[in-house]
Amino acid sequence: MHDSGISIWFFIGLSLLVNGVLIFGAGLYEYVAPPQNPVVLYQLHAGVWWGAILAVVGAGYCLKFRPSRTN
Amino acid sequence: MIPFATWLVLAERLVYLAPVDYAVIVFYFGLVLAIGFYLRGRASTGEDFFMAGREMTAWVAGLSFLSANLGALELMGWAGSAYQYGILATHWYWIGAIPAMLFLALVMMPFYYISKTHSVPGYLKLRFGEPSRIVSAVSFAFMTVLMSGVNMFAMAKVMQIVLGWDINFSIWVSSLTVAIYVALGGLRSAIFNEVLQFFLIWAGALLIPILGLYETGGWSNLKVLIAQRASAEYVHMWSGLGSFSGNPMGIHWTGIVFGLGAVLSMGYWTTDFLVVQRILTAKDIRSAEMAPIIGAGFKMFVPLIVILPGLLGLAVLPMKLTAESAVVAGGHSYNDVLPLMLARYCGPGLLGLGITALIAGFMSGMAGNVSAFTTVWTYDIYRALINKDATDEHYVSMGRWTTVIGVLVSVGTAYLVMQSASIMDYVQALFSFFIAPLFGTVVLGMLWKRATGPGGFWGLLCGTVSSISMWAWVKVDPSALRYVALSPDAKALAQDMYQALWSFLVCVTVTVVVSLMTTPKPDSELVGLVYGMTEVPSVGNIPFYEKPIFWAGVVTVVLIVLNIILW
Repeated sequence: MHDSGISIWFFIGLSLLVNGVLIFGAGLYEYVAPPQNPVVLYQLHAGVWWGAILAVVGAGYCLKFRPSRTN
Repeated sequence: MIPFATWLVLAERLVYLAPVDYAVIVFYFGLVLAIGFYLRGRASTGEDFFMAGREMTAWVAGLSFLSANLGALELMGWAGSAYQYGILATHWYWIGAIPAMLFLALVMMPFYYISKTHSVPGYLKLRFGEPSRIVSAVSFAFMTVLMSGVNMFAMAKVMQIVLGWDINFSIWVSSLTVAIYVALGGLRSAIFNEVLQFFLIWAGALLIPILGLYETGGWSNLKVLIAQRASAEYVHMWSGLGSFSGNPMGIHWTGIVFGLGAVLSMGYWTTDFLVVQRILTAKDIRSAEMAPIIGAGFKMFVPLIVILPGLLGLAVLPMKLTAESAVVAGGHSYNDVLPLMLARYCGPGLLGLGITALIAGFMSGMAGNVSAFTTVWTYDIYRALINKDATDEHYVSMGRWTTVIGVLVSVGTAYLVMQSASIMDYVQALFSFFIAPLFGTVVLGMLWKRATGPGGFWGLLCGTVSSISMWAWVKVDPSALRYVALSPDAKALAQDMYQALWSFLVCVTVTVVVSLMTTPKPDSELVGLVYGMTEVPSVGNIPFYEKPIFWAGVVTVVLIVLNIILW
């Protein structure tokens, strides 16, 4: 899938990166301003680390399969 | 702060989304449409539009193969089944899927691939002749488009219950999105989006088991909690299957092994064109064999995001979930367990991703139905019966229009179901019963050269009629369950297993008897279609660790070990 055009893996990386950044940002905001109705295990701040993991994996895919490299 | 349980009771809907959740969902819709528009220039020939150019790698074909089956209803339904029946539901992911996927990879795929068929009905035409193809194509096309509508309605209903969204809004937005990206980019676009959806489903759902196991204190403690709140039998896969009454599902191990493992799953994973179509797009024979094995490897771990959340719900949710028919005001059904667990652990952003995972699951399932319907309609019905000699360009155009029309018919079905919800049960049940006899016909065609055209046709017809008859018999007279499912204690899932087994046996028996009474095809006409008459191309001179058979062995060993651990 790399012979011509944009690789499917680039789209997946883009999706993970954007979602990761949004979730990381929302997690940080919740950390600074705790919500009125917190979810169970709020103290683990899952949004922060899960968002960070998704963003890092997504960025890795975007870099590895960026169009300028796969064409 | 309001405790979680109180908050749920106060809420008019299961969850409330924050602006960041909407941003995640809107980004998803934007991306799938962008992929469709980007790929429209690469779907100009029939091979491109209907078969994605037959250039997919094993990974892309394998993940798409799995994703087409990972629909939202599948995710929510099986999580609900895990809450209701315990870990027994895992059988549908392990013995009820993995052996069949490996059988497809190593035994059946070479024949599908060598024959260069566009579809499973197309293979039946080559092997048994036009009548078998027509029976298979018409029933598949009809049921696929109905199923698509039924799923669309069910998903819109879920969105209404979970998010409070208007049912018409959910139906039209999601179906038009699928119509646009499939009509523009054909099967390639459907496959690209299915792989994307596969990643989103995992990213959105994997947090539930991680946080759930943290909350319960690990697997051992989870088992103790489930034993206290339900029964110790809920966490054993095999030990309660020695009798019909010794497990929550009311099923005997023979039903699981022979009905589910040997017939129903074999039928679904090897002959349902919805999934097989993805593998037919592989770029070479090795990729075609590796794709189902890669799918099987991932399928083995899907219970982590489907079954485990159901079990966790059994252990930690403060309320008792019930059957859909027994839900009282303010209560929830088994099928709500996955959204309830999402709401339990996922804050802003994460909740949006979880809901996106459900929407992605729905859209991948719908795109699978629509693209398979389009191919079967265009090649096996329109070209075979209506317009044999049109140009390739004409068939591509027909494919694009069929995509749009198929989606519109699905929307119509969704509204039909809205008027009469019981249609939903009938359509879903009937669809699964077509699968078992079809498997009998295809597998005999591939492995027994004496099978004849009339044998294949009458076997398929009698097997299908017998499965519908058994289902109707139990509907009219529920006491017939003791004959069909061998026990009056059998639940609906157990009934499906035995019904599949009997209809398969009817199909095989009729095919064998009629074949022995009719004239077989000459050997020269069976080359490329039947085992023993065909030289299966080698995967090439490659190291052992790159060979499909090696990875099939690895998957088998892991499957056996997992079953022993959870015995």
